[in-house]
Amino acid sequence: MGLIVLFVPLRAGATEPTERTFQINAQRFEYSPAILKVNQGDRVTIELTATDVVQGLAIDGYNLETSADPGQTSRLTFVADRQGTYRFHCTVTCGNMHPFMTGKLEVGQNSLLWRAIALTGLALVAGVWKGRK
Amino acid sequence: MTRLQEIPWLEKLTKDTPTAQSRPRSGPIARVNLYRIPLVRSLLESKWPQLLIRILTLSGFVFIIAAGLFGSLVGSHNFAIIIVWIAWWTALKLVFIPFGGRSWCSVCPIPLPGDWLQQGGILEPGKRRFGLNLRWPKRLKGSWMQSGGFLLIGLFSALTLTAPQVTGWVLLGLFGLAIGLSLVFERRAFCTYICPIGGFSGMYAQTSPVEVRVIEKEIYAKHEVKSCYQACPWGLYPVAFRDSSACGLCMECLRACPNDNLALNLRPFGTDLGREKTSSRVDEAFLALVMLGSVMAFAAIFTGPWGWLKSAAFEIGSLPWVGYASGYLALNLIILPALYLLAVWAGQKFTGTKLPLRRAIAIQAQALLPLGLMAWIAFTVSFAFPKLNYVLGVLNDPFGWGWHILGGIDTSRMVPVAGISSLIQVMLVLIGLYWSARVSQKLSADKGKPAPRTNIPVLAFSMTFTLVMFWLLIG
Repeated sequence: MGLIVLFVPLRAGATEPTERTFQINAQRFEYSPAILKVNQGDRVTIELTATDVVQGLAIDGYNLETSADPGQTSRLTFVADRQGTYRFHCTVTCGNMHPFMTGKLEVGQNSLLWRAIALTGLALVAGVWKGRK
Repeated sequence: MTRLQEIPWLEKLTKDTPTAQSRPRSGPIARVNLYRIPLVRSLLESKWPQLLIRILTLSGFVFIIAAGLFGSLVGSHNFAIIIVWIAWWTALKLVFIPFGGRSWCSVCPIPLPGDWLQQGGILEPGKRRFGLNLRWPKRLKGSWMQSGGFLLIGLFSALTLTAPQVTGWVLLGLFGLAIGLSLVFERRAFCTYICPIGGFSGMYAQTSPVEVRVIEKEIYAKHEVKSCYQACPWGLYPVAFRDSSACGLCMECLRACPNDNLALNLRPFGTDLGREKTSSRVDEAFLALVMLGSVMAFAAIFTGPWGWLKSAAFEIGSLPWVGYASGYLALNLIILPALYLLAVWAGQKFTGTKLPLRRAIAIQAQALLPLGLMAWIAFTVSFAFPKLNYVLGVLNDPFGWGWHILGGIDTSRMVPVAGISSLIQVMLVLIGLYWSARVSQKLSADKGKPAPRTNIPVLAFSMTFTLVMFWLLIG
């Protein structure tokens, strides 16, 4: 049952793909904005501006990467065709917390989170049932 | 289902050794005594294999301190940061603790010089021993100081985990403290009462499938010398073990026992959990709660998208850091303990259970252990796995001085775990909740009678923690 909850396909909400542009300022461990929300199928352009040192941005799961020199802006355009939540992170060593400089790209609804919430109840009931034996 | 003792090749191995080792064990829980396997026995009986590993870890530890103090100031290019906080910290949570309990303690380099000074020799005790050999103060016993140590790690985590020199000084400080305490107090006072990693490992060791236990209690009782206690650097009586939280798996008791009356058992995961405790140690419950609070804070700082939080945690002494520290301490010292206390109290109150509250707090805290362990493992998957490429980088150039020890190997390639990482984290946290609910339900049973539902509020507490972890990790 858990596997069904985890893997059964969910119908995505039907929305017309649109053009989305985000201007992200990157400085010292922080992207602003750090959370980007788009619909599946949107054509997304990220304009990355570094305000202190050279900063980078790579999106996990999309295999995309860009970087910007201080005061400069670089662009990244792609079609957000994969649903889910993806982390993006800095690719240029920019200080102590560089490995943990992250942001989040949300494409459509976060179905894994909803599945996990549903499974939470299931795991709890299963544990209680097993513990009674 | 085949019981573990019924595995034919294992039975055959021990037919000709009519000692306590080979007597059949009865009891509801299956165990395999690994000490009966000749190869394992020969490896454990000799002190040399363990000493060689310890010399290796000690050398590595000294090298790590040197790299931290004299290497690159950039954490991701420094051997100390990557080996300690990515490689070792990951191995501890994914391998050593879940499969070996306190097995890391058996090769940990930090207490070694102190041990050697105390016994006046490296392999065997010498004639001249050092130290005052005082008893640890009674009022400082328990895991309160380990909880405090872990809270300190959390308060300064963003700096300690990323600044090589800070990591170097912290490790050097722990090394000095361990040696200093071993010269004042008896046995392993530092490991037992101070080391936060010892507290972390010991607590979660109760979930692990490894234990050292006395085989025949009658044989133990008749032996007046108690060689196992004499040999134990931790000062433990193996016959008194109720769980595996205190035993450092050094194997000295197995080597010392003239009656061959100790076993190194492989057992099912979580064997120590779900059994009614006779003690009312709230310090253990507090440590378990600190671990839950810390993993939430670590997940928010290191894997969350909140740059302001990362900056606040990093800028030690600044006003934002004071805000972060206040929040972190409030979470660990007030919010979580209050919620857990409320949950246990409500369970007692609404079901009319007469168990003293302190005892109920201590007992139900066992349910927090699988929850916490699996949450830490899930956090590690998101925290460390994508950064494993750094390990190759610092092996290639440990000090960040431009060396190329591994030649032309590409050390910049990221580990491609993005697709599967979230799914693994979900599964791990769910396993933790299932396991926790199971333990909690067993604990709420009253001497074989059906569970009187005293644990429902604690289950709600566990479920809330699980949902928060989901939000932090995959939300």
